Order: sequence, then C-alpha cells, then structure tokens
Amino acid sequence: MNSVILQLATPYVRSLLIFFAFVALLRGHNNPGGGFIGGLLAALAIVFSSFAFDRRPVQRKLKIKPGGYVAMGLVFLLLSFSPSLLKSQMLMEGVWVTIPMGILGELNVGSPLLFDIGVFMAVIGVTLMFFFTLTNRK
Amino acid sequence: MQYILLVYLVFALGIFVIPRWLKKHVGIVLAVVQALFFVYFFSRISDATNGSGLLTVIEWLPQIGLNLEFSLNGLSLVFALLITGIGTLVFLYASAYMKSYEGTDKFYFYLFLFGGAMLGLVLSANLIQLFVFWELTSFLSFLLIAFFHKKELARKAAFQSLFVTAFGGLLLLTGVLLIGSVVGSYSVGDWLQHAQSIKNSKLYVPGLLLILAGAFTKSAQFPFHFWLPGAMQAPTPVSAYLHSATMVKAGVFLLALLSPVLGGTDEWTYIITLVGVTTMFLGAYFSITQTDLKAILAYTTISSLGMLVLLIGIDTTLSIKAAILFLFVHAFYKAALFMVAGFIDKKTGTRELSKLGGLYKHMPITFVISVLALLSMAGLPPTLGFLGKELIYEAKMQSPGISSLVLILGVGGNILMVAVSMYFMVKVFLGKEGDYPKKSNEKGFLYLLGPGVLTLLSLLLGLSPAVLGDALVEPAISTIRKEMIDIDLQLWHGFNDVFLLSLLTVMVGMAIFIIVYKRKQFLVKWRSINSYIFSIKFADIFSKSLEGFLNFSERNTKRLQHGYHRYYILTVVLFASVLLWFQVYVTRNWVFDIQFSLTPLYISGLVAIVACSALYAAIAKSRLATIISMGVTGYGISLIYLYYSAVDLAITQILVETLIVVMFVLVLQRMPHFSTLSSKLTRVRDLIIAAFFGSVMTVLAIKALHVELSEPISNLMLENSFVKAHGKNVVNVILVDFRALDTLGEVTVLVIAAMGVFILLKTKKA
Repeated sequence: MNSVILQLATPYVRSLLIFFAFVALLRGHNNPGGGFIGGLLAALAIVFSSFAFDRRPVQRKLKIKPGGYVAMGLVFLLLSFSPSLLKSQMLMEGVWVTIPMGILGELNVGSPLLFDIGVFMAVIGVTLMFFFTLTNRK
Repeated sequence: MQYILLVYLVFALGIFVIPRWLKKHVGIVLAVVQALFFVYFFSRISDATNGSGLLTVIEWLPQIGLNLEFSLNGLSLVFALLITGIGTLVFLYASAYMKSYEGTDKFYFYLFLFGGAMLGLVLSANLIQLFVFWELTSFLSFLLIAFFHKKELARKAAFQSLFVTAFGGLLLLTGVLLIGSVVGSYSVGDWLQHAQSIKNSKLYVPGLLLILAGAFTKSAQFPFHFWLPGAMQAPTPVSAYLHSATMVKAGVFLLALLSPVLGGTDEWTYIITLVGVTTMFLGAYFSITQTDLKAILAYTTISSLGMLVLLIGIDTTLSIKAAILFLFVHAFYKAALFMVAGFIDKKTGTRELSKLGGLYKHMPITFVISVLALLSMAGLPPTLGFLGKELIYEAKMQSPGISSLVLILGVGGNILMVAVSMYFMVKVFLGKEGDYPKKSNEKGFLYLLGPGVLTLLSLLLGLSPAVLGDALVEPAISTIRKEMIDIDLQLWHGFNDVFLLSLLTVMVGMAIFIIVYKRKQFLVKWRSINSYIFSIKFADIFSKSLEGFLNFSERNTKRLQHGYHRYYILTVVLFASVLLWFQVYVTRNWVFDIQFSLTPLYISGLVAIVACSALYAAIAKSRLATIISMGVTGYGISLIYLYYSAVDLAITQILVETLIVVMFVLVLQRMPHFSTLSSKLTRVRDLIIAAFFGSVMTVLAIKALHVELSEPISNLMLENSFVKAHGKNVVNVILVDFRALDTLGEVTVLVIAAMGVFILLKTKKA
C-alpha cells in the first residue's frame, strides 16, 4: 500500500500498539490483558507497519527474527520453572516476592510473570512467522 | 566384569581419535586388547569354574527386576574364551585383509563393538539385559554385513539378516516377559530356582515357543536359515568371526543357558531335536551344490549349528558334553577355513570353485592348514573334530525317543560333511591348474597366523583332549546340568559300534565325493534336481512376502491418505457428529431446561447479525466477501462475550479475528480466480453434513449448560485466585498459574504449527 497518511501515522500507531502491548502484559494479572493479548498487540504493530510500508524492509529491520522470538519465549517458559525447582517446591508452583514500594503500597512479583512473558514472546514469534511466511510466497 | 565392557566401548570410540601413525596398525592394537582379555578370562578359569562362578549385580531398577547382572561360570567362560581368543586372531587377520579398503575406522569400530556386545551377551545373567546385547549384536552385524554398502547384494543381505534376527529378538523378549511373569524376576538365578513352577505354569509352552523362535532365528535354524548364506557378503574377517565364535552361537548359548530351566520336557526335546537335525541335514545337503567357497562354508555352518542345537535338545549329559566339545571343534575349523577362503580370494582374485584348482603348488602352507582344518570338519583323526564326531554319535545313539530318525539324518549329515570336505580340498588344492584372474603367491604372514594357530590347536588338543576336558568342558557341563561331572576325553575309544558308524560315514562320504568329483555331469544334475525340489527359495519367500506386505500397506495408505483436504475434513466431521449424536441419544433422559433469554433487545439483534453473516459467508460468490462476513461473525461473537463480561476473551477474539482477516486478505491475492467447480449434488451433500454437524454442536452447547456432572471448579478458582496467586484477573491466573501446564502445551502446539507452516510454505517444489 502506498498511502502517505498511513505512512506518517504509522510511527505513532506502532508506538501506541507496542505501549499497550506492554501494558496488557504487565497488568494482565489483575486486569484484562495478559501475555497472549499483549503478544497479539505487539505482533499487530509490526503487521501494521508492514502494511504501511513495504513488507520487506520491515522484515529486514526486525532486530530479532520471528524464530528468535519463539526461542526466547520458550526459554522464558523454561525459566519460569526454575524458581519453584530451586525452592524444591512442586514444579511450576508460583513463587512470589513482595517488594514494599512506600506510599504506593507493595508490589508482588512472581514466577507466573516470567511465564506470561514467555507466552508473550512466543505469540509474537508465532504470529510473525505465520505472517511473513504467508506473505513471502512468490 | 562390567569394566571389561566399558573398556570395549572406550577402545571402540578411541579408534576415531588415535594419532595417524598408529592408525595403520589399529587392527593389531585391537587384537592386543582382545588378547589381554583372553588372558584375563584364562586366568579366571579356576574362579569361574569354582561352584557357581562369579556374579556381579548392579541394581538399576530392582522394583521391576531390571538389574545389571554379570556372571562368569563354566558356560560363559567357554564362550568368553572363544570370543576373545578367536577375536584376537580375527583382528590380526583383518589388519592385513582390510588394508586396501576405504573406511576401515568404521569397520574396526563396528567389529570391536560387536565383540564387546557378544561378550556382554554371554556374561549376562539377567534376561532383559541379555536381550539388549542380543539386539545389539543383530544391529552391529547388520552394519558389518552392509560394510560394502555400494553393492546392492550386500545391502539386501544385511537388511534380511537384520530383519530376521531382530524380529527373532523381539519374539525372544516376549517369551522372556511371559516366563518372567511366572517367576516375577528376569534373573537367570531366580529362574533356576523356580524351574519346576515355570514348567507347571500355563505360560510355559507359549513362552518356550517364543524363546526358541528367538534362538532359532539367531542361530540360523531351519526354516530361518536363509539369512546366513547372505551374510557372507560381509568382509571375510567378519564372516570368520560371525560364523565361528559369535552371532550365530548366541542362539546356542541361550539354549544351553536355559536348558536347566526350560529343558527336560517333551516339548523342549522334540522341537529342538527335530529342528536341529533337519537343519543339520539340509545345511550339509545344500553345501555340496554350492560353487562359491564362502557359500560352501556358510552352509556347513548351518549344518554345524543344527548339530549343536540337536545335541542340546537331546539333553543328556553325554550330548551336552558333545555339544561343548563340538563348539570348540567348529569354532576352530570354521574360523580357520573362512580365513583361508579369504586369503585365497585375495591372492587369486576368485572364490569360484570352477576357477580354482592345483593351488598346492602356489600355496603349500595354506594347503597344509586347510587339510588339517578340513580333516577336523570331516571328523577324521587325529584332529579334535574326530573326537567331537565320535562323542556326537554316541550321544545320538543314546538319544531318547526319536533316536532312529536322529541317527539316520545325523549320520547322513556327517556323510555329506565328509564329502564336502574332500571336495573342497581336492577341487581347490589338487586337480588341474585353475584359471586365476591374479597371479597367486603366498605372501602375508598375518593372513596365515590365525588359521595356523587354530589348526595347530585343533591338532594338539585332538591328541591330548584331557587338557581341554578338565579345564573347560567339565565346568561348562556342570553349569548346564547342575551337577559335578567327571568326564574323560580320549582320542581313541576302541572298537565299538560308534567306531563302526564312523567308518561307515567315512566310506560313504568318500564314495559320494568320488562320484561328485569324477562325474561332472552328476553334480550338474544334482544341482538341477535341487533347484527343482527346492524351487521355493526361503530367501525369496521372505523378500516376496515382505514386498507384498509393503504393497498392501501402500495401497491401504493411499486409500486413507488420499491427500484431499476436503475429504479429510469430511471424514473427521462426519465421524465426530455420528459419535456425538450417538452420545446425545444415549443420554437423552437428561432434563433440559431451555430458556432463551435474548434480552436485552440488542443481544437478539447481535445474534441475528452473527447468524446472517455466517449464512452469507457460505453462499457468497467471492472470497473477499466470505472472509469479511466471517470477520463480522467473529466480531459479533466477541461482543456477545463482552456482554457476558468476559473481557479477556473478547479482546483476544477481536485481535485474533483482525489478524485472521488480514492474513486471509494477503493470501487471497495469490489465489486463482474464484469459480464453482463442484456439482450441485456435492454441494447438497456438503450442506447436509454441515447441518448434521452444526446441529449436534448446538445441542451439545445447550446441553453443556444444563448438565452438571460434578461440582464446577470455577468457584474454587475464584476463591483462591487472589489469596494464593496474588491475581485479581482469574482468567489470567488460570492461564499462567493454576493451569500453566495446559498453557505450556498450547504454546508448544502453536510453535509446532508455526514451524509446520514455515516448512510447508518455504519448501520449494521439486
């Protein structure tokens, strides 16, 4: 597509989408969102910009290739098991750490977040893999 | 003992990393290693033969009876000495023989590991462990037979031998499991203690048959004998090793090992004796009409194996004694003869009998060695073979039950062996000068070292057999018979009916030889008679039936895997809906409490829109319209989710729907023009199937709301979500914490699907 408006708007839209992807990922535990939704949003950001411009430069500019995202996602999934193993609990049992934040109350960080990040990455990778292989055919 | 096997593995792997200057002599190095083991086993004679021998148990999974158990007793010692002793000579021979070939690293690796696996087999005192080594030898011999893998014949023979022996191995495993379930253990020691309850059990006969099938396939017994002649496609050192001390002797070892457990019954005696004697006779009968030196030897191996099996089957102390002795006899002469045959092949360039003759002028030493080895094979004095044959005759005459058949076929087999030995000797070494492709000479000390040592041993032990008898045969017999026995081996037995039988054997054998040799026509006729009677070749039946099976499965696969996506979906949908309708019908008594609460009004409107767009998707005339209307359906459904306050679900649905529409549009550009190819009838059929499936899904959805099989766990999850998992969004907590394993599985499926798409679309069409 060769639309100037779309091309000018893209940087903003893309940034917004990625921002919301992270918001969805981080707030997912307490509010609607989560790794899967976040991953889809982030993937949409890239799909969107490859619509505005040509697909090839976008694909070339990607710092991490789709396969890399998939691999990182799987690594994060694996990592999320390690706290429970190190504490010799049941495999995949959640391990939580409470960080006091002064006025803001306290923040609970747990191994399920790692798991969610893994899902996030894997979904980005898988979606982009679908997208780029489907559009790459001659 | 387990360390010995480790050393084998280390040295086998070491072949690939040794420095280059040593690489030329790797065969000799390995021979030295084998020799050291031989010395080790030799030094353990007194330990091993003392009572029940040495036993090492390493517990692995004792709960289910899986332990590593190694035992060195009279029986395993005999085999261990043969494996390492003949192994030494074979490696020396191979270091000369294999010089001119490529890939000798691989060859030595396989052959050395093979020796190790064979040693592991005979040292095993646990039958599961024995099975592992058993299959290991099958597999390694496959690799060895296929060493010249560029020849189609070698590949075929290797595959055939693997198929037969590995299949037999599986039968053996089944049998072991059956018998093991009677005792509750796979340890040979436990089996021995419960021998009586095994024999009384219902599982005895099926277990016995399976174990025998395993032993018979491995030891090339009729009707599984056909793989052995094919195995001569291997390099000659391999044949010498396989036929004399290893591989085919594994079956004999197994029978000897289990004879105190399973033996002594009618089934045992009759099956083994009949199979053994048939094999023995047929092997000798076929060997005469062969034209290739190695083929002749291969068929005589079959005959000898038949003899060994027969002797174990007769199951008297005398017959076991004869079997153990014959084990040595056969190992000595067969290894020697194979090495000689390989030497002749190397030096003259041919193994064809028709091209050989008068070799004694060119190869005098080889001639002497061969004559001695052939004397042993024919069972003539003063070699160990004579002693073996005398004992065998004695055992056969005393065999209970079917002694007359055993005696007739047995003596017939021996007569033919005499004739073959004579024919081999005269045809190759005497007679008129052959027509050799190469100019022959007799250089090569290493070639003759092995056969020389073996025939010398055979001669010396023949003259003073008591040495062998006291040190090795006695303990082996007492291991098998479970009683201490004092045997007395002598070369000369005096004039008795056994001696007369021997005399008869030799005379008839000579007569047959003279007829065969003098009258060329006779042999030709014999061959044609054989090929007429035995026009059914077992190897052919084997490959034909295998081919037939492959064709059969290919046809069926084509029917099931036709490659039409529409029919796959049709099959799945039809099958699922029939099953589901059946289930709905069976449980029709459940109370339905249907209330359509389509309030407020906009929900009813939404449902109507969703239904209409779905309908339009089915009848639309362009792909784009179909996809957009499907998108409308998806967005509509997500709104319904939203109404029922499933926010996460709704967001996900919207995002996925968006992505799907985008991707479809991208793919659409590359699709051919939309056209209607199906006939009206097909479309009506598809409509009916679709309606069938849609209706069952609807009924199912309604039913799922009303059926409560057990307390739903949603309340439990709601209660614990914040308390235990620090999360207010229950959906997310379920996904990443409560049911994280499910999510992990889903992510894995996604990744695999992505890889599938990637591979399918990236692969270029050939």
